[in-house]
This record gives sequence, structure tokens and C-alpha cells, in this order.
Amino acid sequence: MADGQDKNIDATTGTELKGHEWDGIAELDTPLPRWWLWTFYATIIFAIGYVIAYPAIPMLHDYTRGMMGWSSRGALAKELAAREAEIAPLRRAIADTAITDLPGKPQLMQAAVEGGRAAFKVHCVQCHGSGAAGAKGYPNLNDDDWLWGGDLATIEKTITDGVRNPNHDATRVSMMPAFGRDQLLTGAQVNDVVAHVRVISRQDRPSAASQRGAKLFADNCAVCHGPDGKGTRALGAPNLTDGIWLYGGDTDTIHETVWNSRQGVMPRWDDKLDKATIRMLATYVHSLGGGEATLVEAGNGVE
Amino acid sequence: MPAGSSTLYEKRKGVYPKAVDGFYRRLKWAIMAVTLAIYWGTPWLRWDRGPYAPDQAVLIDLAHRRFYLFAIEIWPHEFYYVAGLLIMAGIGLFLVTSAVGRAWCGYACPQTVWTDLYQHVERFIDGDRNAQIKLAKAPWSVAKLTRRLTKWGVWLAIAFATGGAWIFYFADAPTLLHDVWAGSAAPVAYATMAVLTATTLLLGGFMREQVCIYMCPWPRIQTAMLDEKSLVVTYKDWRGEQRGSVKKAQASPDLFGDCIDCNQCVAVCPTGIDIREGPQVGCITCALCIDACDKVMRQVGRQRGLIDYCTQEDVEAEKQGAPPRRALKTLLRPRTLAYAAVWLSIGAAMLFALGARTRIDIAAQQDRNPIFVRLSDGAIRNAYMVKVRNMEARPRPVTVAIEGLPDAMLWTDAMPREQAMATVTATVPADSVAKLRLFIAAPAPGPQRQDFAFTVRATDREGGGDSEPARFERP
Ligand code: SF4
Ligand code: SF4
Repeated sequence: MADGQDKNIDATTGTELKGHEWDGIAELDTPLPRWWLWTFYATIIFAIGYVIAYPAIPMLHDYTRGMMGWSSRGALAKELAAREAEIAPLRRAIADTAITDLPGKPQLMQAAVEGGRAAFKVHCVQCHGSGAAGAKGYPNLNDDDWLWGGDLATIEKTITDGVRNPNHDATRVSMMPAFGRDQLLTGAQVNDVVAHVRVISRQDRPSAASQRGAKLFADNCAVCHGPDGKGTRALGAPNLTDGIWLYGGDTDTIHETVWNSRQGVMPRWDDKLDKATIRMLATYVHSLGGGEATLVEAGNGVE
Repeated sequence: MPAGSSTLYEKRKGVYPKAVDGFYRRLKWAIMAVTLAIYWGTPWLRWDRGPYAPDQAVLIDLAHRRFYLFAIEIWPHEFYYVAGLLIMAGIGLFLVTSAVGRAWCGYACPQTVWTDLYQHVERFIDGDRNAQIKLAKAPWSVAKLTRRLTKWGVWLAIAFATGGAWIFYFADAPTLLHDVWAGSAAPVAYATMAVLTATTLLLGGFMREQVCIYMCPWPRIQTAMLDEKSLVVTYKDWRGEQRGSVKKAQASPDLFGDCIDCNQCVAVCPTGIDIREGPQVGCITCALCIDACDKVMRQVGRQRGLIDYCTQEDVEAEKQGAPPRRALKTLLRPRTLAYAAVWLSIGAAMLFALGARTRIDIAAQQDRNPIFVRLSDGAIRNAYMVKVRNMEARPRPVTVAIEGLPDAMLWTDAMPREQAMATVTATVPADSVAKLRLFIAAPAPGPQRQDFAFTVRATDREGGGDSEPARFERP
């Protein structure tokens, strides 16, 4: 401790001491630097101004809203609106271009695909999955097999009106009968048809059962699936001879499909999304690798 | 801390270095001329790279993320070359420090060069040391103010030229010069100029040796790297002491050493220190005191080198009576040779790598969601984002192929699968990256994970190519 005459003044620094001391270590009562003090006052003034201008103090049921009317929710809404306004011309251009003309405008097409990618993440992933790879009963949109067709216009129509959508006349409908449950075929007959389907999809070798099934298939199934089982896109009847199955190609699953039929539903989107968004979604789905050129002959292919 | 010498804050003492001439002063002039010429001249050098690339010899193109250095063009992914250059610069400083001490500080450091320039301006306007001291002490008057304003004006002009020159390294210099005067350059260009002008003026005009003594970390690092074999500016006290005037020495020659206590060494020192107090962190080894003292010794007819570049070992030897060793002799020793060897081998390795690098390069990233897709004919499809980088300043035709995936076919998202082939061709624009979304279909039977490689080959006369390992996955 300093040994100045005045007890409270440190001799070395000439500064007043706090007055307490531990093991010979005392604390100086150094005055605040002037600039520090003024900065401190300035922050107080700033704080008062801030409380007046901005939302600040929580109340029981509300909070002080400030004179500027600012809120973080409002700021976000403003940002979103600004972004919407920014891309509005692009959306308008997409909405005004027929989907079949989009591939001729690469820049617009690219914007549409990217917009579709974003919209897909919001509206479609719930069923089709984030990679659009689908799941049992929900088609994989990456492959080259399409129930209703894989060209741009057809995809757009499917998204617009949905599949088996109640209370919507334009929706896509295909009604496979529940052959077993509704006793259109006997249990043995259903087994024979399943055996035939296993053969035309090259999973089993022909057998007596499959030969009986071929006859039953021609009478009951060929109307929609075609005589050779390659499906009919206009009816949404899947191709039974390819490597892709919406519900599964094993005997049990095919049996269940024939017995109960399948009635998958996809919502219509024209009442929820605007034209541009639907168009963008269609271009995105088309870009995933299985998209077909426009004007494909219907009637071939399918799930 | 003893009472009395208590304050931690020391007010700056004015430093008014006196003009001096001599070998080291001329060396300093030469180095200043060269370094300033490099700084101001480099952006204006041109280098023809053809129609697709800028013709500025040295250009750091931040917007396009390219670094051009004469014939060398560096892409962001090749930044290790820049890292290599920085490592070389580091080792180079080790080398220089172990060989010639703080030569960087004394001659080449921008702080030293600009301070030197500013001090020269100061002497030109205010006169030499004594006149400067007088002027500093004089009360403010119109005459003093005029001088001050003139000096600050010239300083500001130099600072502006310095800060202004910096931006030309980052854009085409002639265009930017025009834009800057026309007021149409980017705001960041003006901001950079303003900041660098201000710092140059402040550091070169007003802070000077305080930067070296208080702010710069380098003196501390260098001090740690010096050893008894490093050259430092040394006052040979065994020869100089006892100090005394020529007259006194004539009266009693046995009592006095060679130093006549004329204080010339202190007067010329740009950092305002007295080297006779021994080696100290404030000494940037600019050797101006050597010049000053040599001149004095010549005038009084004594041997030169009372203050000289000297190693600690030489000091000990000379104290024992050995003759002074030539400074250059200390350069060749294992430590400096080892640094030189490392420095040269890094340089050689980089040159070799630069010479051997291919200017075409392929990278592939497999789609992970979904990893594979079963196609209607039963085949399995994987998708990849393939990037072909053309680092030449001209468009190049390339062929992308796959190796190690039997029966696989390749197509892009711009064509239908029916047109799939074993290879895909594309033209990559000059100096850019072409992105190809590639689909590969292969028969379903096969290993779950199959390694293969994408290859790219330039099909023009120069050729060259690259390959990238990739993986094909099946259910
Ligand atoms: S002491 Fe001598 S070498 Fe060191 S900075 Fe001063 S003049 Fe330069
Ligand atoms: S310049 Fe030389 S002689 Fe003069 S004071 Fe310095 S060391 Fe001594």
C-alpha cells in the first residue's frame, strides 16, 4: 500500500483509493475517462429514444408498440412482398406462356424449373417425397413410367385437376373394379389372373394357372390394360409388363390389387395454386429425368 | 515500479532526422525507387491473354474470382498456390532475418519506405533537422502555417496517389482510372481509396516510428529469430568508449576511444534512438547511423566502422582483438543455407506443379435423393451433376465418358434417353465451368455399389484431360 501522507491518495499514481485492502493490494478509484462517461450518457439517451420509437416494454396483455409502428412480423411481410413484386413479372411471363412453348425459351424454362423445385418442396413432398421418388402408392416422378403421360402438358393437366378428386368433374378418374371383393371373379380365378400378370411382367414362367389367367385377363382386364397388358394412358391404366410397380409386383401385392382394386387419390391444385405455380411444378417434374417430349402417342406405358 | 518513474504513458518525442549521405543511404534510395516503381507501375503492365481474358499482367479479379500473374492464372480452387507464395514469403523473411537481421524493416517495409519518402518531403519544405526543430518550437504564425499546410498538402497528395494506386490491382487499370475520375467507379473503390489515403497520411506522416515500436508485431518476432550469428547494427563500444572530443583525445590519448560524441548517429536516426545504448527494438537497422559515423570518422581520420553491421559472435571476437570481419562473410552458414534450401525447394515444387497442372478438370457429384431410379425396362438409373472446368482463355470442345461401368449408357437432361451413348460431347466456354446433368443407366444385375470414373478429354489439338472417381448404386 502506498505510504502517502493522505491515507486516501495513492502516492505513485496520485489517484484516490477505494479504501479497502486485501493482503496489501488496494483498489484505485480511478475516475472514468471523459469519453467513456459521455458515451455512457449517449447510450442512455439512445435507450430512451429507442423505447419511444420501437416496441420495447412487455405489458400484461400487450406491449408498448413504439411510435414508428415497426414489428418484426411486419418487416418480414414487407420483405416477402418486395420479393413477390420482384418475381411477379417472371411469374406473369410463365403464366402467359403455354407450357408447350416453354422449352423454346430456355431462360424462362430454367426459372420455371427452379420455381417448381421450390414449390414442390412445399406442396408435393408430403406424398411424393423430397426427392420425388415416391413410395408405395405414390408414384416415383423420376422414372420414365407415367400413368397418365409424361409430357409437359399432360403433367400440367394432372397437377391441375388431380386424380379421383371428389366433386371435381375435370379430375382424372380410372376405376378398377374390386374383382375379388365384389365377387366378379372367384378366388381361384383371381389367383389365375395374378399368375398371368406375373408371367407378362416376366417374373414367372407360364404355368397352367397363368394360361387360365390369360383367358380371364382377355375377358376382364384387357379393356383397360390392353390385350398385351401394356396399359392405356387415356384411362390411367398402368402398364403391367414393365419393371415399375406403384404398389408392388410380388404375388401377394398383385393379388391384393386385383381383389380390392386400388383407388389412389391426388388432390387437384387449381383451387389452391395459381397457374404459374402449377406450370412451374409441371416443368420441374418433367425435368427429373423421365419427362417425355410433347405429343406422345397415348396408350402405352404406365403403372 | 519505483516511485517517480511511474507513468505508463510516454508522450512522443519529436524525431527530426538529419539528412545523410553514404553507401547505405544510396542503397536505400535505390530500394525505395525500385519498390515504389513496382507498387505504382505493376497495374499498368499489360500481358496478352487473348480475347477471352483481361490483358492486365497482375490482376486480382475478385468479382470473377481469378488471380492473374503474368502467364499464370489462378482459380479459387488453386488457392494453395497463393498459400504457397505466402509460405515462401514467410520463409523468405526467416531467411533474410537470419542472414541480414532486420533488413526488411530497414529497407523494404512499406512503413519504412513511405516514412522515408515523407521525411524527405519534410526536409525539402521545412529544411534539415535544426530548422525543423526550430519551426516546431516556434509559435504559430502565418509563415509556419503556410509551411505546415504546404507540407501536409504534399503528404496528402502522396497519400492519395498511394491509396489510389491500390485499387488498380483489382480491376482493369485504364478503365478504372477513367471511371474514378468520371465518378462512376464502384463505391467500394472510393472507400478503399479514402481509407488507404487516410492511413498512409497518418502512418507515414504522423505515426512513423511509433508504428514500428508499438504497433507492429514483426520486430518482436524478428527479435526472437535473431541469434549470435545475425547481422545487427552495432556500436563497437570497446572501440568507441571512453567518448570524448578530438581535442580531449589529443590531450590524453590513452583515456579516450574513437567516439567523439558528436551525436551525428542520433541526429540521423529515423526512429530517434541512440544506437550507442546497445541493440534495441527501436532500431530498424536502416544503417543510416553507419553512414553518419563513417563520415565523421573519415573527417577525423579514424578507421570507418565504429558503428557497423556486425554479429554478436564478431563482437566477442573483435573484443578479443580479432580484425573486423566482412559483413557478407556471415551470410553463408548452415542456418541460412537451410532456409534457402527450403525456400528454393518450395519454389521449385510450385513451379513444377504450375507447369504440370492440367487446364481442364472434371468433378462429379451424385444425386443423393433419390440415389437410384428403376426405369420401365428394368435398368437402373443414377444421376450426377458433372462440372467440367475449362481454365484456358478460349472455348474448348470436350468429350465426357465413363470408364469401368460395362453396358452403361450416358445422356444429359437436354436429350431423351433414346439418344444415350457411351460418351457425351460439349463445348465449355472460355474460362468457365460447364455444368452437365448426366444420367447413367446400367442393367439392374450388378454390384450394389460399383466404382467407376468420369473422364473428360479435350478434343482440340492441345488435348489434355482429367478423370474423377464416382460410384454407381443399385437397389
Ligand atoms: S540506430 Fe541506426 S540503424 Fe538503427 S534505426 Fe537508428 S539510424 Fe537506423
Ligand atoms: S556518429 Fe560516431 S562518433 Fe559521432 S557520436 Fe555517433 S558513434 Fe560517436
